[in-house]
Amino acid sequence: MQAATAEKVWQLLEDVYDPEIPVLSVVDLGVVRDVQVQGEEVCVTITPTYSGCPAMGVISTEIRLKLLAEGFANVEIDTQLRPAWTSDWLSEAGKQKLEEYGIAPPVEPTGNVNQLFGKDVTVRCPRCKSENTKLVSQFGSTSCKALYQCNDCLEPFDYFKCLK
Amino acid sequence: MDHHTQPAHVLHELQFKTPLQEYSPEVRQLVFDYTLQLADTSLILSHRLAEWCGHGPILEQDMAMTNISLDLLGEARNLYQYAAELEGKGHTEDDLAYLRDAVAYKNPLLVEQPNGNFGDTVLRQFIFDTFHYFFLKELQNSTDHRLAAIAEKSLKEASYHIKWSSEWVIRLGDGTEESKKRMEAAIDELWTYSGELFEATPTEKALQELDIIPDYTSIKAEWDKHVAQVLQEATLALPQDQWMQSGGKYGRHSEHLGYILSDLQYLQRTYPGQKW
Repeated sequence: MQAATAEKVWQLLEDVYDPEIPVLSVVDLGVVRDVQVQGEEVCVTITPTYSGCPAMGVISTEIRLKLLAEGFANVEIDTQLRPAWTSDWLSEAGKQKLEEYGIAPPVEPTGNVNQLFGKDVTVRCPRCKSENTKLVSQFGSTSCKALYQCNDCLEPFDYFKCLK
Repeated sequence: MDHHTQPAHVLHELQFKTPLQEYSPEVRQLVFDYTLQLADTSLILSHRLAEWCGHGPILEQDMAMTNISLDLLGEARNLYQYAAELEGKGHTEDDLAYLRDAVAYKNPLLVEQPNGNFGDTVLRQFIFDTFHYFFLKELQNSTDHRLAAIAEKSLKEASYHIKWSSEWVIRLGDGTEESKKRMEAAIDELWTYSGELFEATPTEKALQELDIIPDYTSIKAEWDKHVAQVLQEATLALPQDQWMQSGGKYGRHSEHLGYILSDLQYLQRTYPGQKW
C-alpha cells in the first residue's frame, strides 16, 4: 500500500457512514476527533454523540473494517468522552445533507442554553421550508433527534437536536 | 495487538485509553465503590423506564421514556467500565452489572420503586432528574478525570430529562381533577425516598473530604429551589419535612430489586458469557 498519511485516513473515513443516518459520514457527524498514523498502524479517536448511542459499536467496527480493508495492519480505536460531543461539530456539508435527507439540522438557540424552560427554537420544515412548525416530542426515533410537525404542509419530521 | 486473531466480540468493545489516576489502594477502593453506586443507580432506573417500552400512554411519551432509559444505560455503561478498570481484577462491565446480587447493589431505594401509573413514573423521574442534573453539574468539576468526563457527557442529556419530567409534573398537577389526584398520591408515596439521595454514606463522606465528589449541601439547596418552583407551578402542595426511607446505598433494598434483577440478569445467568 502507498505510504499512508493522516489526511488519507480522514479521506477514507468520509466513506464510513452513520448506520442510523446513512447520509452522514462519521466525519460529517463530528465523532472522529483524532487520527494518528505510524507506518501500517493507525489510531482513530472517536467520541459518542450520546452516552447510550447504540450506533457507536457499529461505527467503531466499520471504521476498523474499512481501514483493515485499505491495508492497515493494525487499527486501534479509542473512545474519548471529554470534551463531550456537541452538535456544533456537525459539518456544514453534513447539515445540508441532513436537510436534503428530510431531517431538519440543529438550530442555534437564541436564549441561554442552560435555562431549564427555554423557548423552543424555530425549526424549518425540510420538506416545504416553512418556519411554521411545532415540537411534537423532545425525544424522537434516536437519541440525537426530536420529533416535529409542519403546520403548513403537515409533514411530521425529525429534527437533529442542538446539543451544547 | 494483532486484531486478526481476536475473537469477533472484541471488535464491538469500546476502548478507553486514558490512563487511570494514581490512587492509593484505599482511595481506589472508595472510588470503585462509589462509581459502582452511581452505575447501579443509572442502570436500575434505566431498567424501570425500559419496562414502559410499548406500554406508554401515547407513542411520543413511550419514546421519551425509552430515550431517557437509553441515556441512563449509556451512563451506567461508562461507569461500570470505569469501575471494572479501577477494580483491576479482569472483570468486565457485564460481570459487574449482571453477576452481582441484590445486597451488592448500592442504588438508592427511589430508583427501584415500581413504575405505578404514568404519574408515579413522572414524579419518580422528577425527583431523580432534579438531583441528577444539579449533581452532574458539580461532578463535572471532580478531580477524578474519568468521573468528571462521564458527568460532562451525561449532563447534556440530563438537561433534557429534567425539562421533560418538570413539564409533565406541571401538566399533570395542573391538569384534570383526576391527574391532580394521582400526582398527589404519587407525592405521598414517593416523597419519602427523596432524602436518601442527599444522605452521604461513609464512602461518600470520605470522598467528599478528599474533594473527589461534591458536597451535597449546595445540591440539596438547588434541588429544593427547583422542586418548590415546579410544584408551585403545578398547583401541588410541597410536602412538609418528614421521616425519610434509606438503606439502598448500604445494600438494604425493598423487595422490588430482586424482581428487577431476576429479569435483568436472566440472560447472563442462564447463558453465561454473553457480551453487551
